[in-house]
Order: sequence, then structure tokens, then C-alpha cells
Amino acid sequence: MTLIGWVQIGFLLALVLASIKPLGLYMAKVFSGEKTVLAPVLGPLETAIYKLSGINRDKEQGWLAYTLAMLAFSVAGFVVLYAIMRLQAYLPVNPQGFGAVPSDLAFNTSASFVTNTNWQNYSGEAVMSNFTQMAGLAVQNFLSAATGMALAIAVTRAFIRSKAETVGNFWVDTTRATLYVLLPLSIIVTIAFIFLGLPQTMDGSVTATTLEGAKQVITLGPVASQEAIKQLGTNGGGFYNANAAHPFENPNAIANYINIFAMLSISAAMVYMFGQMTGNRKQGWVLISAIAVLLIAGIGITYWAETAGNPILTSLGLDPSMGNMEGKEVRFGQAMSTLYTAVTTGLSDGGVNSMIGSYTGIGGLVPMFLIHLGEVLPGGVGSGLYGLIVFAVLSVFVAGLMVGRTPEFLGKKIESREMKFAMLAVLILPLVILAFSAISAMLPAAVAAIGTPGPHGLSEILYAFTSAAGNNGSAMAGLSGNTVWYNTTLGISMLLGRFAYVVPVMAIAGSLAAKQKIPSSKGTFPTDTPLFAGLLIGIILILGGLQFFPSLALGPIVEHFAMMAGQTF
Amino acid sequence: MSNKTTTPALLDPSIVFPAIKDAFIKLDPRQLIRNPVIFVTEVVAAFVSAIFIRDLIAGGNEGVFSGQIAAWLWFTVLFATFAEAVAEGRGRAQAESLKKTKSELVARRLKDGREEKIAATLLKLGDIVIVEAGELIPGDGEVIEGIASVNESAITGESAPVIRESGGDRSAVTGGTQVLSDWIKVKITVQPGSSFVDRMIALIEGAERQKTPNEIALSILLSGLTIVFLIVVVSTWGLAGYSGTLVSATVLAALLVTLIPTTIGGLLSAIGIAGMDRLLRFNVVATSGRAVEAAGDVDTLLLDKTGTITFGNRMASEFLPVPGVDAHELAEAALLASLGDDTPEGRSIVALANGTYGVATPNITPDLVVPFAAETRLSGCDIGTRRLRKGAVDSVRNFTGLTEAECPPAFRQAVDKVARSGGTPLAVASGNKLLGVIHLKDIVKPGIKERFAELRAMGIRTVMVTGDNPVTAAAIASEAGVDDFLAEAKPEDKLAYIREQQRGGRLVAMCGDGTNDAPALAQADVGVAMQTGTQAAREAANMVDLDSSPTKLIEIVEIGKQLLMTRGALTTFSIANDVAKYFAIIPALFVVTYPQLSALNIMALGSPKSAILSAVIFNALIIIALIPLALKGVSYRPAGAATLLRRNLLIYGLGGILLPFAGIKIIDLAVVFLHLV
Repeated sequence: MTLIGWVQIGFLLALVLASIKPLGLYMAKVFSGEKTVLAPVLGPLETAIYKLSGINRDKEQGWLAYTLAMLAFSVAGFVVLYAIMRLQAYLPVNPQGFGAVPSDLAFNTSASFVTNTNWQNYSGEAVMSNFTQMAGLAVQNFLSAATGMALAIAVTRAFIRSKAETVGNFWVDTTRATLYVLLPLSIIVTIAFIFLGLPQTMDGSVTATTLEGAKQVITLGPVASQEAIKQLGTNGGGFYNANAAHPFENPNAIANYINIFAMLSISAAMVYMFGQMTGNRKQGWVLISAIAVLLIAGIGITYWAETAGNPILTSLGLDPSMGNMEGKEVRFGQAMSTLYTAVTTGLSDGGVNSMIGSYTGIGGLVPMFLIHLGEVLPGGVGSGLYGLIVFAVLSVFVAGLMVGRTPEFLGKKIESREMKFAMLAVLILPLVILAFSAISAMLPAAVAAIGTPGPHGLSEILYAFTSAAGNNGSAMAGLSGNTVWYNTTLGISMLLGRFAYVVPVMAIAGSLAAKQKIPSSKGTFPTDTPLFAGLLIGIILILGGLQFFPSLALGPIVEHFAMMAGQTF
Repeated sequence: MSNKTTTPALLDPSIVFPAIKDAFIKLDPRQLIRNPVIFVTEVVAAFVSAIFIRDLIAGGNEGVFSGQIAAWLWFTVLFATFAEAVAEGRGRAQAESLKKTKSELVARRLKDGREEKIAATLLKLGDIVIVEAGELIPGDGEVIEGIASVNESAITGESAPVIRESGGDRSAVTGGTQVLSDWIKVKITVQPGSSFVDRMIALIEGAERQKTPNEIALSILLSGLTIVFLIVVVSTWGLAGYSGTLVSATVLAALLVTLIPTTIGGLLSAIGIAGMDRLLRFNVVATSGRAVEAAGDVDTLLLDKTGTITFGNRMASEFLPVPGVDAHELAEAALLASLGDDTPEGRSIVALANGTYGVATPNITPDLVVPFAAETRLSGCDIGTRRLRKGAVDSVRNFTGLTEAECPPAFRQAVDKVARSGGTPLAVASGNKLLGVIHLKDIVKPGIKERFAELRAMGIRTVMVTGDNPVTAAAIASEAGVDDFLAEAKPEDKLAYIREQQRGGRLVAMCGDGTNDAPALAQADVGVAMQTGTQAAREAANMVDLDSSPTKLIEIVEIGKQLLMTRGALTTFSIANDVAKYFAIIPALFVVTYPQLSALNIMALGSPKSAILSAVIFNALIIIALIPLALKGVSYRPAGAATLLRRNLLIYGLGGILLPFAGIKIIDLAVVFLHLV
């Protein structure tokens, strides 16, 4: 670890911190239905969209109607995306003339993009036409992110309202999230990216003559725009297979900085927005501080583990001063690679600018563990916020009784109905990750797909299902995921990780919205204090992380101790 | 909180021995399934027992290990059922005396004008029975004819008999109490089996005990965690298989039981029963467990002024002489004039003169004593030429023959001053001369102000309800330190106030005794009826205070809070325990395949087997160790939520993480020393 490395990390986090309040306030306005600075430009467009699709913007939905609308919207998105991939040979803007995407891969990819996971079992440049990338994948990059935001807003409203039957209008929330938040920010970031040299063209490819005189075909396309929404929507699905390690996706240090900033800022600001909308900004900051403690710890440990390097390589005569540079880009270095990795997994972004599979045992454990924690640091746009609220509800319930009252969070009593749905939601992650990982670990056909035998192989399997169920999308490359088994099981994991989680969360929202808001008193469990932040961290670690301890012990933890002992597999 | 009745020793043999027997009876899976965590533990214990038998048949050393694990898993279950049995035993002992009074009662039922003797348990709703002096009232009911004094000490512990008569607010009688004089006809108003005493017993005994809402929510959390850990353990078997480790089923079973929240799971019902029992020790009977929990949530306490905040009688607090008369002279005149006044007010004047003013009662026999009467509203005496009178201001003025204008200005000012401060002025005169004014006021009970300050610190508002005019009410309210008051309150006002508070999301507790309190008692989230109150009030309330002490409301709130706190503390403790257990078991599980993982054995436990056995033993013993805490409740001091949270989080959260590290290590040392594995 170097001072300059920490300065780079610190400066970026400071930038994000500075953006939290203005962005949070802006989003609070957007989702309260207030007029924003962009209203003169986007207002008429918004009205036109409602008119065209027959949406009555003043008609609100109950939690069930809201959830069903979300599910219908996602199913439609899934079907359209699947159809585009299967039919891309017959569709326009296919300069490379790619054929149909195989059915299992198309299923996996549709599930992946609809759930905001962006797990990629394919090389974009070798399988997806520009039309598929733009009209299929990029559209879902917007819509899945907007869907997540809408859900988070609905959950937020449950705490604002008292004895309410409705939680908002899904169509309005999604439209406003797209129009007022994602679209303008994407345009700004896209322009910045183009300026920094990312390709933005409809041409299929260029042919270059290399120094050796060989011909090389380099795929081009609308990379900059794709890249902007990939990060802003915490999607993470890259245009190229190498993702943000590819020089066209992420050419230099500034582009890298913008990448990390873009993926982190909206999710972090949404937490502030939650505080603002529920009338307790301090609550927002307390939640942010809990996130910051865990995320910075994750960044620090990864950074430390990677710079400490690999004693095996050192013993072979490699210069240890740069740490473990395997799988990392020299133009980013340790600090910006490990920061990217920790942030992309603490969020459910999943884009990578270095290969997590090449990380050391601990360096690979941290990203996996950050996803295990439930993708709440600060998580995907929207999904991070509602995940965090579930943890806050659990914290309040476990410890809240200790003040001698029925637990309540922001004036809403947490009772058996909320607990039932919170537990259903919490069950999903371990169930999907551990069950599929254990089955895959026992299934010869599934084991055959791993890249490295020994405990690292188990880490690869575990990481894949962790990433899928957590809707992250990053991978411990090495596992050949493009098989019928993994395409199917990972696809199912992604769908369950998103929808089986959010439906109970919406039920909680509905139940809380219907409850009366209780005024707080000195007897009320305080949730806007540093103590609560500490409690929340404890609950996230114990209820979110501890369950994965046995599986991690068999994978990355063994890897770490083996590496320290100079043992390879 | 001081206990009303003596608490039996925690390990009273008369409770412990039957509880041991009950602990085994409760192993019946059909009964145990009510408690999912312990049920799973029992299933696992049975499973490991089967492995033990297999190991025995197979021979070899494995049986030593699986046998011990199986034994400790059974102990875990037994300790949990024992905790519940002890809690029930203690509650039952409390109820037993009440139950005794119920059995073998004979009722004299009046049917078609004739009297017949039947067993009290056969009485039906609406039956009319006659009870004469010396007989026990066979069931809960209402007096429809007659008047009698009744000894209710069987229920209240108070030996003073109370009057029960038909009509009005004193018509309710309770089964098991004794008529001391006269006779009454009682109409039975409660179905036998659902009477007051029966309901109380049912709330304590396990089989019929209903889980309270909060208990249900907690059970859901605990069941959810059990499922999560079931997934973890089963998948660990699969994941370990990848590395070629075949983890033994015994070890996986041990891992599962140590991870699931057995501590709180095992103690949950004991905590609930102990809460009811604590309430009973304060002579309060709750008709539902829900009410006890709601008591912890109460935001607003509606307290009647009389009897709760003040002593109920106005008492003399000061003598205000007119100019030219000294205080001593006035005190002596007031004292002499009050000798003929036997009312509490009169006695308080004598006491004030004797006490604060140091005037001894002179040894004079007055020539004439004028006793206090409601019509004259004055009392006094004639000693020689001195004609001393004290009483209501206008009565005394009439006695002096002065018109209002002729009264000395200082006198009128004194009267005004007392009235403005919410007190009652009495005048004292000698012949036709006004000597001064006695200030009578409601005396606030000592210590009540501090009590309200404590409640405020806990975030509870106190509201005083009184029939007094707003001036008087405001004066007492500020003296007692209540947050708000309802003056000139009629029963409808109470109801309206409660509704308004509830609309604002607040939970309200109140107590009352009259029939006209019934709607408000029913509306309140916690309604406490006085045992001396009417049947209607007792039916509407969800708690009955057998001592009929309105101050009890404060204790009830504290018991409710303590109940919830105990649950929260043990839940936090139980979950925090898992950290250490992981560190004990995980290295032990895989160290054969990956010797490197011994680095995780931070407690330096003897061997994989000793580590696993120690964790299981710790897990079982901690239940036994915490039974006293579950029964007594966590120590409780009134404080704001922030303070309570900080303290409890430190003890039960941090303590819960650290203690098992030490505990498992110590047990491991013993296990290794004794060569148990």
C-alpha cells in the first residue's frame, strides 16, 4: 500500500461524499413528484409518454398492484430481449453478421440484464450485434436500473405515509427515474467518455495493421453510451468481454475515476434521499456511515492483500514491490484496481477492471464476501437501498426489544408480518448460493467447467452463484459458464435473487405503509445514532455474512493459508 | 420495584423436582413442535442417537464421541423444556392458592323459587345463587339483591372487608370470596371455566398459553434463522465433498444445533410465563398476554388524581392569620374549633397545629362542642366567653354576622389567594372576629413527582384526570409534575382523550373502577380495572388489579418493558454467540483435508473432537445458566431508550460475542483434561 494509492482512493471517496447531498436532494424532488430544473425540457416528454401509454399519473397503486406491474414489466422486458437475441440475424444494425444467440445463453443473458445483474457468459464483441447491444441490452440497462429505483421509492414511501393503501405508481416512478435521473446523467457521462477516447460509432469494426504487419480486426460500436449506463445503473455488463480492463472501455486513469464515481454516486445518494424523504436526514447519514465503514474496510483489506503480493511468485524471483499484478492493468495500478473491485462488489455493479480470479485468496474473498453481505454497500441503484432497509428492520427487531418496546423503525412498528417477509427475503441469498454451489460442487459435469482445480475451483463456483444471486455480475473468470448447466442455474439464481427477494420486500412496504406512523419519544429506539450504525454493521456481518463462513473457509480462506505456506494446487 | 408477595427462591425444591418430571413430559414432539428451534434440536438429537447406536454396533471408538454429542443434544432439549417447566411451576404455585378456593364449592342455586345445592362448577351463565354470612361466593357475578360485607382477601390479600350491594358501582363479586355478614343474591355473569381465576391459571399453564404478537414475530425470526442454518449445514456437506472431505453426520448435527438460536429458542416461553408471573406477584391479573406486552409500549398514562397522585383528602397545609392575630393564636383557635370535627379535614387541622405550629392540644373541656355537620359546614366549641368556629368561609362569616364588605381586606385577600392556588379556604373566627384562613389542599403523595420524572425519561407522558375545576387541577398538576391534565373530566372526556391520543399513534393505559369507566377501559390499550370495581369495568379491562391500587399502573408498564427487554437481550446474546461457535467448529470440520485451516483455531482448542464437543456442551449449559435471568428478567432501571440500548448492547451484544470464546475454551480444557474424547 502506498500513500499515493490511499490519496487516490480517499479523493475519489471524497468526491462521492460531496455528490451525495445534491444528488440525493435532487432525487428526493424527482420522486416526490416536484418540479425540477429539468422540468421545462423533460416535462412535456414525460407528459407525452403518459398520454401515449395511457397512464394516469395521479392514480396510485397498492403494494400488490405495484409489484405485479413491476413483474409484468420485467417479464415483457425479458421476452423482448430474448426475442432480439434469438432473431438478431434478421434484425438491422448487425455489421458483423452475427447469427442467433443459442437458447440457453439467450435465457441466461435475458435473465441477467432484466435483473440488473449483467452476468455475461458471452463475449459481447463476438456474439452480440450492435442492435442487440443498443436496443436490447442497453435498454435493459436503463429499465432494470429504473425498476430497482422505483421499488426503492415505493419502500421509502412506506415510511413516509401513515395508514396508506398505496405506495405510488410503478409506471410513473420508472418513467421519472429514467427521464430525470438516468438519462441526463448518462448523457453527461457519455460525452465525458467520448472526450476521453471511448469509441461511439455505428461502424462494426476497424482493421488495423499491427507492428508485426499482421492484420487485426478491432470491434467498435456505441461503446461510450453503453459504458455510461453500465456504471450509472450499476449494471456492469461491458461492451467487450474484458469489461473495464479493455482499453476501449476504460482507456485511462480519468476514465477509470469516472467509472467508479458513476457507479457509486447514485446508490449512495439514494440512501441520503431516503433520509430526506422520511424527514430524517440524520438517518440517511447514519446509514451511509455504516455502509462507508464496511466498504472502506473491504477496500482496505483488498488493497492490502493485493499489494502484499504472493509469496510463491516472490520466491520464483518476481519483484514483490508491485504486489500481485497478475490480472491487473498497469495503467490503473493496485489502488485503482482494488478500489474498483471492492466498489463493484459492494455495489451490485459487477463491471471489473482487473481479473478477480487472479487475486490472492483474501483479495478474492473480500469481493465475494461483499456480495454475500447482500449487496447493500451501498448496493445496486434502488436494490441496495431496499436491501439495506431490510437489514435495518432486522437490526431494529433483534436489538430493539432491548429498550422495552415493540420494535419500530422510523415510526413504524415491526411485527410478525414484517418479520415473516423479511425472513423470506433473507433466506433467498443463502438458499440460492449455497444450494446451487453445493450441487455444482458435487456434479461432475459442473466441476468440469472450473478453470483451476483445488480450493480455487470451489471459489470459482461459489463466486459465480454469489454473483448471480446477488445480481452483481462480476465473475471469477476461469469458470466456463457458457454451458447448459450454468446458463440455466445461474439464470434461475439471478431471477430468484432479484424477484424472490423483492416481492416479500414489497409486501413489507405494503404492510408498513398501512400502519399508523407513531410519533417518537424518549422511549423510542433511536435509529439515527452512531450506535445504530454499529448495530447495523454487526447485523449485516452476522446475519448477512456469517452464514457463508463455512463455504468461504473451504474456498478462498484455504487458498490464502495455502498461498502463505507456498502451496499450490 | 418492590415485590408485593414474597418471591419463592429461584430453585425452590418444591418447584424444581416436579419441573424435572415435566421437562421429560414436554419432550413429546407433538407438544414441542410449538417451539420450532427446540423441535429441530430434538430431531437432531434423535438422529445423532441413531448414529450412536450404529457406532456401538459397528464397534470401535466412534461411539464415544457420537454418544457424548447425542447426550448433550438431549440435554439441550431438556434444559429448554426444564426452563419452561420451572416458569410454569412458579406461576402455578402462585395460582394454586386461588385454585384451592375454587374447588369443592357448593352453590345454593335458586330455581323456580326453590333452593337447590349444586357443585359450583355446574353453574351456568345467568343462574341466581344465594350466599349467606360465612359462605363462599360460588362464582363471578353481580349482586342483584341485598347488601353484605365480603372478605376478598383470598384474592386481594387485604383483610379489610368490602361492602357489596345491588345496583351501583359495588355490585361485582368474585368467586372464592367469603360473605362475612348479611346475605346477597348473586347472578352468575361468567361461564364456569372462563371465570376470572380460571383465565389467570390458563395464561400461566403452557398448553393453553397463547403466544403473544411479539413472541410470534420473534418465533418467525428464530425459525427463519433455523432454516438458514439448515441450508448452511447441508450445503457444507456438499461443498466439503468437492474437496474430498466426508464430514461426519454427527459433526454436521453438532454444527447445526450450535448455530441455530437454541438459547433464546429454549428460553422464549419461560420468559413470557415469567412475565405473567411477575405481574401476578404484584397482584395484577392480566386477561391476555398481549396486554402485558402492550404495557411496555404505552406512551400515555391516564391517572386519576384522587388516590393515585394525591391522598384523596384535602388537608390543612397553612394558617393565614389576619393582621393583629399571630399565627400561633390562629393555630390554637383552629385546633380547638376542630376538636368537634372528626372528618379527615378536621383531623388534618389538628395535626398541622400540633406539628408544624407546635401547638399542643390544651387540656380543657369545652362548655359546648359544635360537631361538624354537612348542613352547617362548620364546627367549633364554646369555652367560657370564647366562641370558636371554623368552617366554610361563608358559613363562618354568617356566624360572625359580618357582611362580605365588612370583612377585613387582609382576610378577603387570603381567601382569594388560597382559592387561586387551587386550594380550599376555611375561615376561623372567635365570636364576631375573623382570625384568619386555613389553607386546605390536596396533598400530592410523596415520591410521585420523582416517579413521573422517571416515566418522562422513559418517554411516557402522564395525564392527570380529575373532576376538579381547571384552576385546582392546574395547581396540582404542576405540583405533581404531570405532563397534562384533564379537568372537570367526565367519563366521555376520558374516552375522547384516549381516542385522540390513539389517532396520533400513541398507546394509552388507564385504570378505572366504575361502570361508566368501562368504555374508556375497553378503548385503552391497557385498561386496568380495580378489583373493587364493577363487573362491567372488570370485563372491559384487560387487567385487574387485585389490590385496587391505581399507582399500580406504573409498575405494570415497567413489567411490560422488562419482559420485552429480557426477550431482546437474550435474542441478541444468542445470535452474537454464533461468532465464537463458528471459530470453534469450522477449523475442526475441515482441518483433516486442509491442515492450513488450523490457523482459524484461534481458541487453540485441544482437538477437532474436543472443539466440537465443547461447543455443544457450552450451547447446552448456557441455557441452564440463563434460566435465572429469564425468570427474573434483565435488571431494569427507568431510563431513555438510548441509554438502555447502549447498556444492553454492551452487555448482551458484546458480551454475547466474547463470553463463548472464554466458555468454550474452559470447557475444552476440561474435556481434554478428562480425556472425554
